[in-house]
Amino acid sequence: MEYDVIIGLEVHAQLLTETKIFCSCPTTFGDEPNTNTCPVCIGMPGILPVLNKKIVDFGIKLGIATHCKIAKTNIFARKNYFYPDLPKGYQITQYESPLCEHGFLDIDTTGGSKRIGITRIHMEEDAGKLIHDLKGHRSFIDFNRAGVPLLEIVSEPDMRSTDEADTYLRELRQLLVYLEICDGNMEQGSFRCDANISVRPKGSTFFGVRTELKNMNSFRNVHRALSYEIKRHIDVLRSGREVTQQTMLWGETANATRSMRTKEESHDYRYFPEPDLVPVMVDNAWIGKIRKTLPEMPRERRKRFEEGYGLPGYDADILTQSRDVADYFEDCVSLLDSPKEISNWIMTEVLRVLKGGTADIKALKVTPRMLTSMIRLIDGGAISGKMAKDVFNEMAETGKSSEEIVKDSGLKQISDEGHLKNLAKTILEDHKKEVGSYKKGKTQLIGFFVGQLMKATKGKANPELTNKIIKEILEE
Amino acid sequence: MLDLARNFRMGNISPLDITEKILEAIRHDPLNAYITVDETGAKNAAKKAGEKIRKENNNPLLGVPVAIKDNICIKQMATTCASNILSSFVPTYDAHVVEKLKKMGAVIVGKTNMDEFAMGSTTNTSNIGTSKNPWDLGKTPGGSSGGSAAAVAAGLCAAALGSDTGGSIRQPASFCGITGLKPTYGSVSRFGLVAFASSLDQIGPMAGSARDVAVLYDAIKGYDPKDSTSVDIGYLPTTLDGLDMQGVRLGVPKAFFGEGLSTNVKKAVKDGIAVFKELGAKIIAIDLPNIKYGVAVYYIVATAEASSNLARYDGVRYGLREKGADDLIDMYMDTRAKGFGIEVKRRIMLGTYALSAGYYDQYYKKASKVRTLVIEDFVKAFDVCDIIIGPTTPTPAFGLYDMADDPLSLYLLDLYTIPANLTGGPALSIPCGFTKEGLPIGMQLMAPAFKEDILLGAGITFQDHTGFHEKRPQWNMM
Amino acid sequence: MKISLTEVEYVARLARIRLNEEEKARFLKELNSILDYMDLLSEVDTTDVSPTTHTQHITNALREDIKRASQSIKDTLANAPAKADGAFIVPGIIE
Ligand SMILES: [Mg+2]
Ligand SMILES: [Zn+2]
Repeated sequence: MEYDVIIGLEVHAQLLTETKIFCSCPTTFGDEPNTNTCPVCIGMPGILPVLNKKIVDFGIKLGIATHCKIAKTNIFARKNYFYPDLPKGYQITQYESPLCEHGFLDIDTTGGSKRIGITRIHMEEDAGKLIHDLKGHRSFIDFNRAGVPLLEIVSEPDMRSTDEADTYLRELRQLLVYLEICDGNMEQGSFRCDANISVRPKGSTFFGVRTELKNMNSFRNVHRALSYEIKRHIDVLRSGREVTQQTMLWGETANATRSMRTKEESHDYRYFPEPDLVPVMVDNAWIGKIRKTLPEMPRERRKRFEEGYGLPGYDADILTQSRDVADYFEDCVSLLDSPKEISNWIMTEVLRVLKGGTADIKALKVTPRMLTSMIRLIDGGAISGKMAKDVFNEMAETGKSSEEIVKDSGLKQISDEGHLKNLAKTILEDHKKEVGSYKKGKTQLIGFFVGQLMKATKGKANPELTNKIIKEILEE
Repeated sequence: MLDLARNFRMGNISPLDITEKILEAIRHDPLNAYITVDETGAKNAAKKAGEKIRKENNNPLLGVPVAIKDNICIKQMATTCASNILSSFVPTYDAHVVEKLKKMGAVIVGKTNMDEFAMGSTTNTSNIGTSKNPWDLGKTPGGSSGGSAAAVAAGLCAAALGSDTGGSIRQPASFCGITGLKPTYGSVSRFGLVAFASSLDQIGPMAGSARDVAVLYDAIKGYDPKDSTSVDIGYLPTTLDGLDMQGVRLGVPKAFFGEGLSTNVKKAVKDGIAVFKELGAKIIAIDLPNIKYGVAVYYIVATAEASSNLARYDGVRYGLREKGADDLIDMYMDTRAKGFGIEVKRRIMLGTYALSAGYYDQYYKKASKVRTLVIEDFVKAFDVCDIIIGPTTPTPAFGLYDMADDPLSLYLLDLYTIPANLTGGPALSIPCGFTKEGLPIGMQLMAPAFKEDILLGAGITFQDHTGFHEKRPQWNMM
Repeated sequence: MKISLTEVEYVARLARIRLNEEEKARFLKELNSILDYMDLLSEVDTTDVSPTTHTQHITNALREDIKRASQSIKDTLANAPAKADGAFIVPGIIE
């Protein structure tokens, strides 16, 4: 029997704020354990939370970008459970009235564009970090992460394959990075993903028993974990057994999922409204203010690059991966109207010196003006494409303009007919024998003569022109 | 307190003299009023204050010895909440109110005894044992702020801070013959007050007279950005001249004089109301149909919030940790079993149950809705009257361990004080008489939110025409 | 009976409080009498009544996103029952 796969994703995105959600401690990653803590974020007796406005701003921003309905009244709730990384014995989160609801995110699938529903986006606090020392049979707790602001983004169970899930995740991650509210770093845990998976016989409409899948800290792991878990479900059903509803952990080394020893045997979280925080009212003025700060969304921009600049989908995709690279490209086009040529240079040389876009393009010495004026030199025949690569590298190193570089190093191409004619004459003088065989019909020797001239000029001679001139002399 | 300030300035006595007198008296305190006494800190503060006395003429708190309930955090001073689970806890921060008192140069004598985590009305649940009533050492001072009340009544401090979640300032104030104010929710910052029930807790002043209470209230009230529930309105100093009762409308709820009210209390309160009538107040019978549900609503909401507020006492970051457990869950279970007393466990159990799957709507949610109805009762009532008046408690102070094993009937004694916590409005308890055994009786005045000035004004006027608040208990240091 | 012995044990577990048999019996009795009293509320009609969480109607108590120095690690760990290498320590957890 064939099976349909149903996947819903729950993403926790750490926000790029200066301070934590309920106190003024920094959110920096990787500092010494417990150095970014205070009585608020380690849950000391008598201490109270005060909400960081930026969290709401960011939540609204993402809500607008995902076409969500933004709640006018926001209530926080307490999710009660005991765990050593949870200082107060409850997590402050949103329960009944999330900040954003009923949105969607469009993704490109092999079957064309597909709309993935966003059930809800809510604000909450992160927990601390446990470092397990198994041989010492004890665990260390670092509360630097406790109180770091999170947006939890819950999708509808709309994904029907591992690939769709993967595309949705990448799209969402890119969106968060574009909005500059999350750095999207999966390895450092600032972009975390849990999945709900179930399968059902093809065509049926009911939902199968689902399992929750955790601990996938890279796109690669998400892919492997989902595939593994889906296969496990199908095998279980094929063998006539039942899938048990439970939380599974992805084990990277084991390359398999395993049932998690649950923190709270029953998930009785006793949610109730947080009495220490008052409602947050979001009016249209607030939403409007945030809307103004919204950049063009990656997907729209990609389309515009294809249609507006006539770029191939492949180019448009790469150029819009990062907002800065896309801006760089458009700055260039505004200076010189040859999009494809500019795209070629960015996708090859520019991204190469940026180490594939990981380095910051704002720090690149080659400004859009410098790149475009270099391309002008090529179009004007002043330098060859081959020379240009060297010019570009020197620009990237020294920050000198292409004109200077060409002038200083005398790199300028020889396109002066008279000068080339004289050079050609002497070359032919030196190779009477070859000229003879050429005249007897061995015309392919033309390449040899051109090569000799190039050698003599260290490649600076304009190849097309040289070719033409030598032909003329020989045909005389 | 005000007399003390006056005497400081006339040079009759110095802050250090009075502080040392008090410290000496505390050494022989039969009331068990204090959990922690900070002799050096107090003396140093008193010395400093002494030097400023002449310069700071209109600072009534300078050099005044005050006591702080032990659920209010003071930097570098043990804050135990009378609980084994916090017996070793020393805060690294001051509560907002403590910060204010220190700035004004008040002398903090120490931390007073209370019911564990303020859960109780006798101080019986304190881990250091109960406090005693200075009017009769065989009687309870009330609770949970019983240590503060006893200390003030006995002169073991000039004034004190308590906290009031369901009557914990007003009930002991009435049992000990002093004046106590539960301020409007949001007018005094809760920052640094160890939470019992966050939507009900409020810190308040306890002192010998309404004037002293007004002065201490003015010192601690005000907006605090560290407490999201703190209300940011312009707070004006309370006038100490008293309120002209001419035409003031006093609402008397039938429900406050029903069954369960002891005759001696009933009589004293009626007489108290008569005093106001003499002074020109209009007496209006009012109806509060929903307050009969107050106790039920309160014990669901308060315990639910408490079950969550007390989850942080898990032996991980501070406080008691029961050794030996090598499994995490055992560590939690043993630590909390050993760290909490029976009443705290009882309330955590009740509150956890009221929030647990399948019972939330029936208990917590239902109670929160009935709370709304109680609030509406008071809104309506305050359309027809300015002050609601009645007894603070159904009985005077009872025997030390009388109610020890009957939680429910003990809860039911809170019926008059609970409404002000449910509505968030201010409530004042003032002495209005004595039983023939000589035990004080308290009268409660309630007003709409932020109308403390009316309550205190009425209290001042009442005390200017009566002497109940001036009577000293049989045991007192003076 | 409002609450059963199993429920008392379940709630105690949820609240992470170990109860001995005597305490269980005691709470079973006391909680039932208290919960019986709470039945009083069932007679109140609360249709279209909105629940009260806050008595003061204040909203948007917000903080600007401005960094302030954290407390010293010494203060953070000052009350720790068990600590090492700048961290709190608890009995091992196997996930
Ligand atoms: Mg979450
Ligand atoms: Zn902090």
